[in-house]
Amino acid sequence: MDFRRVKEYFSWIYYQYQIISCCAVLEPWEQSMFNTILLTIFAMVVYTAYVFIPIHIRLAWEFFSKICGLHSTISN
Amino acid sequence: MANPGGGAVCNGNLHNHEKQSNGSQSGNCRRNGMTKEAQQNGKPHFYKPIVETFEEAPLYVMVFTYLGYALGTLFGHFRDFLRKWGIEKCNAAVEREEQKDFVPLYLDFENFFKRNIYMRIRDNWNRPICSAPGPRFDVMERVSDDYNWTFRFTGRIIKDVINMGSYNFLGSAGRYDESMRTVKDVLEAYGTGVASTRQEMGTLDKHKELEDLVAKFLNVEAAMVFGMGFATNSMNIPALVGKGCLILSDELNHTSLVLGARLSGATIRIFKHNNIENLEKLLREAVIYGQPRTHRAWKKILILVEGIYSMEGSIVHLPQIVALKNKYKAYLYIDEAHSIGAVGATGRGVVEFFGMDPRDVDVLMGTFTKSFGSSGGYIAGRKDLVDYLRVNSHSSVYATSMSPPISEQIIRSIKVLMGMDGTTQGLQRVQQLAKNTRYFRQRLREMGFIVYGNEESPVVPLLLYMPGKVAAFARHLLQRKIGVVVVGFPATPLAEARARFCVSAAHTREDLDTVLEALDELGDLLQLKYSRHRKSPRPELYNETSCELDD
Repeated sequence: MDFRRVKEYFSWIYYQYQIISCCAVLEPWEQSMFNTILLTIFAMVVYTAYVFIPIHIRLAWEFFSKICGLHSTISN
Repeated sequence: MANPGGGAVCNGNLHNHEKQSNGSQSGNCRRNGMTKEAQQNGKPHFYKPIVETFEEAPLYVMVFTYLGYALGTLFGHFRDFLRKWGIEKCNAAVEREEQKDFVPLYLDFENFFKRNIYMRIRDNWNRPICSAPGPRFDVMERVSDDYNWTFRFTGRIIKDVINMGSYNFLGSAGRYDESMRTVKDVLEAYGTGVASTRQEMGTLDKHKELEDLVAKFLNVEAAMVFGMGFATNSMNIPALVGKGCLILSDELNHTSLVLGARLSGATIRIFKHNNIENLEKLLREAVIYGQPRTHRAWKKILILVEGIYSMEGSIVHLPQIVALKNKYKAYLYIDEAHSIGAVGATGRGVVEFFGMDPRDVDVLMGTFTKSFGSSGGYIAGRKDLVDYLRVNSHSSVYATSMSPPISEQIIRSIKVLMGMDGTTQGLQRVQQLAKNTRYFRQRLREMGFIVYGNEESPVVPLLLYMPGKVAAFARHLLQRKIGVVVVGFPATPLAEARARFCVSAAHTREDLDTVLEALDELGDLLQLKYSRHRKSPRPELYNETSCELDD
């Protein structure tokens, strides 16, 4: 029962996406093409975020802590 | 005004508590009290407070609209590329092989839009109907096999579709019934065609009767009727103004007014829609600086406005424009195509709606298509103006005059409206239209849709904004057997696509409730309820809807 509600909700969201972005008026092969391109870009964004963001945050943290640490040793 | 039916109220100042001191409006409107009246807060008060809203949509709506159009444009370029290189069959118009090196004909944005965006949703327009356009009508079913490039009829008919698109304000357009017997008699006596122009042999006694009746209805000296409403504007403005004259025309004027203004050869300047300050600025400049190079005075200054603007649903701010025209000695031409018969306490148009004297307006023009169930147009005003037009208008010289049964239908409608047939049916219809309009607009506002225009105008534009929603809206409503008109880019600004409802006196409360329920559901399905001023739904409706705006 709950699963059906979730499915309905997702199909409603998909319908909203279609009419807002004009996919509803495109022909089916154009819709598939556009969805594929969009999903590919989205997948690439997610992968890049997964791979690179933790490393960037760690480097930024070290950089700033070094500055603050340096500052505190000088003022000491 | 005569009050034959008990309880039928026809005082146009019903909603104005503070204007009791002015008494009734009959006969004594020449007082010009509107600018001297109660100068509180430094602003002149007018007989009718104008309640108009043009609410802006939230920002995300505009962003998504433009994104949707951007996607459509991308795919449009892609498909154009495929068509050009022959990968796909081209159904649109192209130049011939020999003309490929000439100036390109189909590369501008309008053709691009038509080919790539309009064509995809084209099935929502030009739907053929096969019955009289009354409150319910029959639509022919059609399908397309190649994505709207061609259509074919399946042979089935969708019956009893609720008609929210036809201009049928007083319910005069409908099937033949006993009240139209005089039309049948005239058809038997006169036939259908006139076979001549007004100036040759085409002036019938029916035309004279009609013109006298129109002049009496509008309370002016004389009137002249023409066979076609569009031609009334485009053929008569050139007769009234010419080179050396100035035309000040509203931004959103109809094509017929624009065409007439351009054909006349006068200089045209545009003022912002219903914006009195802008109009005054242009008038002052015109009077001070005169014609462009020679600085001579303009021969005539003509202000062109409409009574109700059909795409916005707004009503012209007539008292202020008349005050300006009197101050700067200009002439005023009002096109009452949508407002004659539809607004005003007894259906006499915007002049009565504001409680003004018809002698304040120089040229009153209107059409018989919308409220009288017929076709054709009229121009009314002073006798010397109308006599001049009889001689000098292109329409009277070259165009065939109005057909006799059509004239009789208008005569019959006007007589019903004025109460000359002995019943109060006309007045009841006008009041029913006003009630329907107020109810419909109030419910739409309560539901949370963005609706443009004046509270009393029977033309109701409901904003949709995104092209995908426009198509989905029209298709869903036709599935539920409601026929509406949706309007998109060339007729409205790019981002403001809308659906336009025309409320009619022939709609019953059940019809309107059916439509409102369908709109409610569709508004939730398509997420169309953008308004940020949503009011709480009240259990009962008030009779007065014009709120006194204290500003």
